Amino acid sequence: MALIHQYRNNGYHIVLDVYSGAVHVVDRLCYDVIRGLREQNEDQTAESLADPRTAEELLRFLGQAYSSEDILDALCEVRELTEAGRLFTRDVYEPYIDEVKKRKTVVKALCLHIAHDCNLACRYCFAEEGEYHGRRALMSYEVGKKALDFLIANSGNRRNLEVDFFGGEPLMNWQVVKDLVAYGREQEALHGKHFRFTVTTNGVLLNDEIQDFINAEMDNVVLSLDGRKEVNDRMRPFRNGKGSYDLIVPKYRRLADSRNQERYYVRGTFTRDNLDFSEDVLHMADLGFRQISMEPVVGQETDPYAIRSEDLPRIFEEYDKLARIMVERERSGKGFQFFHFMIDLEGGPCVAKRLSGCGSGTEYLAVTPWGDLYPCHQFVGDEKFLMGNVDEGVKRPEIADAFRECSVYSKEKCRNCFAKFYCSGGCMANSYHFHGTIHDAYEIGCEMQRKRIECAIMMKAALAE
Amino acid sequence: MKHVKTLNTQTLNHTVKKGGCGECQTSCQSACKTSCTVGNQVCEQKK
Repeated sequence: MALIHQYRNNGYHIVLDVYSGAVHVVDRLCYDVIRGLREQNEDQTAESLADPRTAEELLRFLGQAYSSEDILDALCEVRELTEAGRLFTRDVYEPYIDEVKKRKTVVKALCLHIAHDCNLACRYCFAEEGEYHGRRALMSYEVGKKALDFLIANSGNRRNLEVDFFGGEPLMNWQVVKDLVAYGREQEALHGKHFRFTVTTNGVLLNDEIQDFINAEMDNVVLSLDGRKEVNDRMRPFRNGKGSYDLIVPKYRRLADSRNQERYYVRGTFTRDNLDFSEDVLHMADLGFRQISMEPVVGQETDPYAIRSEDLPRIFEEYDKLARIMVERERSGKGFQFFHFMIDLEGGPCVAKRLSGCGSGTEYLAVTPWGDLYPCHQFVGDEKFLMGNVDEGVKRPEIADAFRECSVYSKEKCRNCFAKFYCSGGCMANSYHFHGTIHDAYEIGCEMQRKRIECAIMMKAALAE
Repeated sequence: MKHVKTLNTQTLNHTVKKGGCGECQTSCQSACKTSCTVGNQVCEQKK
């Protein structure tokens, strides 16, 4: 089966051929011609397009709206694209999925829960103010060292290894972070590895010394900020209820500038309390940040701040508005990056990567302060997903096998979704938390993901002019 | 072409044979942590 997605956005007519990944910006006539051809047969081939009966039926379908000459001209171009493997291409990847699933995976990334404690009390925190359904704890140097040893030992020939210092709030255990980076650097030469360290922080404890260390050692730093002061302070207060915005924003601006506005993200979460989140993204851009991420909150229906399906039309409008403004800003030399609108149409990831997804449970594991291993940070604290520990390694390989089995082909909802090679089947933790299985998909998340991809492609079309 | 402008020159299927080296970044690691976004990642071989 072929899979084609057509949509209009910001005046552009866009046709995405899912299995080749080709993206075409077409005029209205050609858009309607492709629509008409799909109505005849979703599986057109170069041969069927050359069949005179196809042209006759198309002329009947569109003859009122366009001249015959124009319709046949566009049909000719559609045939050329099809012959070149850029339209009506078939799924050649499904047989390949077995090979991808069978391949030996190595562990290449760890999320180190360096502190199960936090100095903020964010209302939507999935980590429950850092505690992850458990007790407050800081990772010791010994446990962290064993985690790095485990990573090196299980990484096969993989050279680049990723370690994210996560929490809770990792700056609450900063000396251990520094010591582990030093240990990792020592081990690099011995084992022919390269560590890419990253840190995710709420900024409360950020100071000049920490900033210098981050700039020297961290490949990326994620700085949590929800946007406008009132929005941020409503959701990201201290335990005494005071907001965090005034304390952290000046520190973030200094840090971003000290990194030449590169290799960092200010990263926010929007909830149904700020569905006008484009204002928050633009606020952060106006503060001077050039690398911005803003995630929809993931919460259960009972959470008052959770996104509901009835919020989606409003959210789509916000994404459209943001995309239009970003195009204008880019054209006027004031552009910025928005993580979810970044898309690499030309040099993006290979099919194996797109089929295999985020790698949680196989290539990516989370480590608790006491050294337990989980498939990812979002499963931490759920004993059903306890895979092993840094002393003994993975004791329950069946959990890794279950995650390895998970792909866009194991999920019915992904089968006919145009976005499947951009999200790789979505977040398995979200699927599990909403449906009790990693082989499903969180529908509200999927809807937003599809919209973001449409916007991202529209921006490429606009900026290619 | 008069009616079509194609935004990319490469097609996905050309990556089937040479892809899968595994050196690329883990998708959730650097900026999102609550979703899965793969399409915006850079192939390590093309850096």
